Amino acid sequence: MQRLEFIVRRLLTSLFVLLGVSVITFAIARVVPNNAAAMYIGPKARQEDIDRVTKQLGLDKPLPVQYLIYMQELTRGDLGTSIATKRPVTRELTERLPATLELLLFGMFVATIIGIPLGVLSARSQGRFLDIIVRMISIVGVSMPAFFLGLILQIVFFRNLELLPLAGRVDADLRFTNPLTQITNFILLDSFLTGNWITLKDAFLHLILPGITLAAYPTGLIARMTRAAMLETLEQDYIRTARAYGIKQHVIIYLYALKNAISPTLTVLGLTFAFALTGTFFVEIIFNWPGLGLFTVRSLLSLDYPAIMGMTLFGATGYVAINLLVDITQTWVDPRISLR
Amino acid sequence: MTIPAITSLEVEPARTWRHVLSVVVRDPLSLASLVVIVVFILMAVFASQIAPYPDQGAGKTNAGNTMAPPSRDNLFGADKLGRDVLSRVIVGARSALIIPIFVVVFAVSLGAPLGALAGYKGGWVDEVIMRITDLFLAFPSLLLAMAIAFALGRGLDKAAIALIVSWWPWYTRIARGVAVGLRERYFIEAAQAAGVSDAIIIFRHILPNTISPILVQATVDMGTVILAMGGLAFLGLGTQPPAPDWGLMVSEGRTYMLNQWWIATSPGLAIFIVVLAFNLLGDTLRDIFDPRQYR
Repeated sequence: MQRLEFIVRRLLTSLFVLLGVSVITFAIARVVPNNAAAMYIGPKARQEDIDRVTKQLGLDKPLPVQYLIYMQELTRGDLGTSIATKRPVTRELTERLPATLELLLFGMFVATIIGIPLGVLSARSQGRFLDIIVRMISIVGVSMPAFFLGLILQIVFFRNLELLPLAGRVDADLRFTNPLTQITNFILLDSFLTGNWITLKDAFLHLILPGITLAAYPTGLIARMTRAAMLETLEQDYIRTARAYGIKQHVIIYLYALKNAISPTLTVLGLTFAFALTGTFFVEIIFNWPGLGLFTVRSLLSLDYPAIMGMTLFGATGYVAINLLVDITQTWVDPRISLR
Repeated sequence: MTIPAITSLEVEPARTWRHVLSVVVRDPLSLASLVVIVVFILMAVFASQIAPYPDQGAGKTNAGNTMAPPSRDNLFGADKLGRDVLSRVIVGARSALIIPIFVVVFAVSLGAPLGALAGYKGGWVDEVIMRITDLFLAFPSLLLAMAIAFALGRGLDKAAIALIVSWWPWYTRIARGVAVGLRERYFIEAAQAAGVSDAIIIFRHILPNTISPILVQATVDMGTVILAMGGLAFLGLGTQPPAPDWGLMVSEGRTYMLNQWWIATSPGLAIFIVVLAFNLLGDTLRDIFDPRQYR
């Protein structure tokens, strides 16, 4: 039952962290700005609006009371109304979540299936040519600004090679020729479920460039981590024993070592998610991808204060949830963790 | 019967700065990285002397020269307002490279003493400080920086403050780790017995010992902070036009990328090269100081 105890303890810590996150976002939203009410209404604030919002948000009351009002709204799932679209921020965010998740999951998938083998390959040929090449690839991956890599990929694969679409989630014409029934708002999933193969193929082609752009940083991080973890594992006694028994090298590496090296790699997946989430801001604006990132960037430009603060809380909550998920998954991969 | 090798007597390798420098100089990639970093810093410092058109670098428009492709007059071409891109990349190094260096320095000077205090004192002081860092680290760093920069209003100074607020907890963690290990050592106990005050113990005896690991981490972080600064500028939260900044220039040139590629390419490459140099150097430093973690 140590695992259950660990999970409960971990859940409680996450709740505490979320409470802290709400305090910090509250401070950023209500305390840091010079005139929170004016920011909340937007650039064209009139005095009577400011007075109304001051009252509504309780900005004339002491801070602890303000925080309670803020928390009351949060627990109702109310993140305020977007200035730009005049719709509830919660709705704006949840509607755009599938597009971003599709991109994020695809990017993380690419990063994992490239990063882990690269790391293993690198560890196998430690200090040799291949190792150096992989080291270069991963350092280039974490050094390349996403907003620049995206532009380069567009030039190469859209303008020069004419292989892949420039931007968007799906070709605009397809809306009329092959309209898609929306079930989950995940285009890949919806087109698959409804058997709309043309849209499925088109949506996949649209996903490639933004997905690669998003994956560059996580790939480098995962490759480095896998390499370090593999080298650590390969020095263990049980591996040495396996070698002494004459078990083949690739069996040792893929069957025995990789299984134990995967745990530290999982740890960085949480961190990688943070980079990927903020990476979507740049990827989505460059590839005109209608998700959370594009919404956030547009909100920045239109000074849409409630939208930005809603996104901050939303992103931090997602990050806390992912880290919780990673930790719980780890208790299955590496049962020693719940004994700590 | 075999006798186990004596491993506990291993002598710690001398990690003096002379030693570090000699390792860096012997590795061609690290040496090249160091040279690149120094050259870029010098370029930023002497920007007004080096830039071919310092006034355009600072923002003066040149109407007759709009979107001029690279030529002998404009080596890297001109942007939509006719300004020399090379000059703007050189002047832009100030906000894109020098400011991130200050960000890391400030984050270290805020975070490290707090970490040393937490690790040395232990108990509730440790608990409070470390739980606060947990809260800040619960945010994706760039998201937190973006929200703070936005709430403060736009501008380079605001972006810098936002980045410092998002980055200090990392150094608190490192300094604490070192301080916990030192707490029980004889020289600290001796200082306590001699009646030296806590403040002096922390600043004289503990903080100096955190310098190496923090310097390694700071070098590794420099790349990330430059990327984050470029990102904030790209989003319009850093340097405001007409002042130049690499991230901002990529953002301005983005719409013309397919035809007038030169506007966004050189600032984008500048970010990439500088970040690459810091990451390569940081990687080597990490090898020297922490050979166990990354071999």
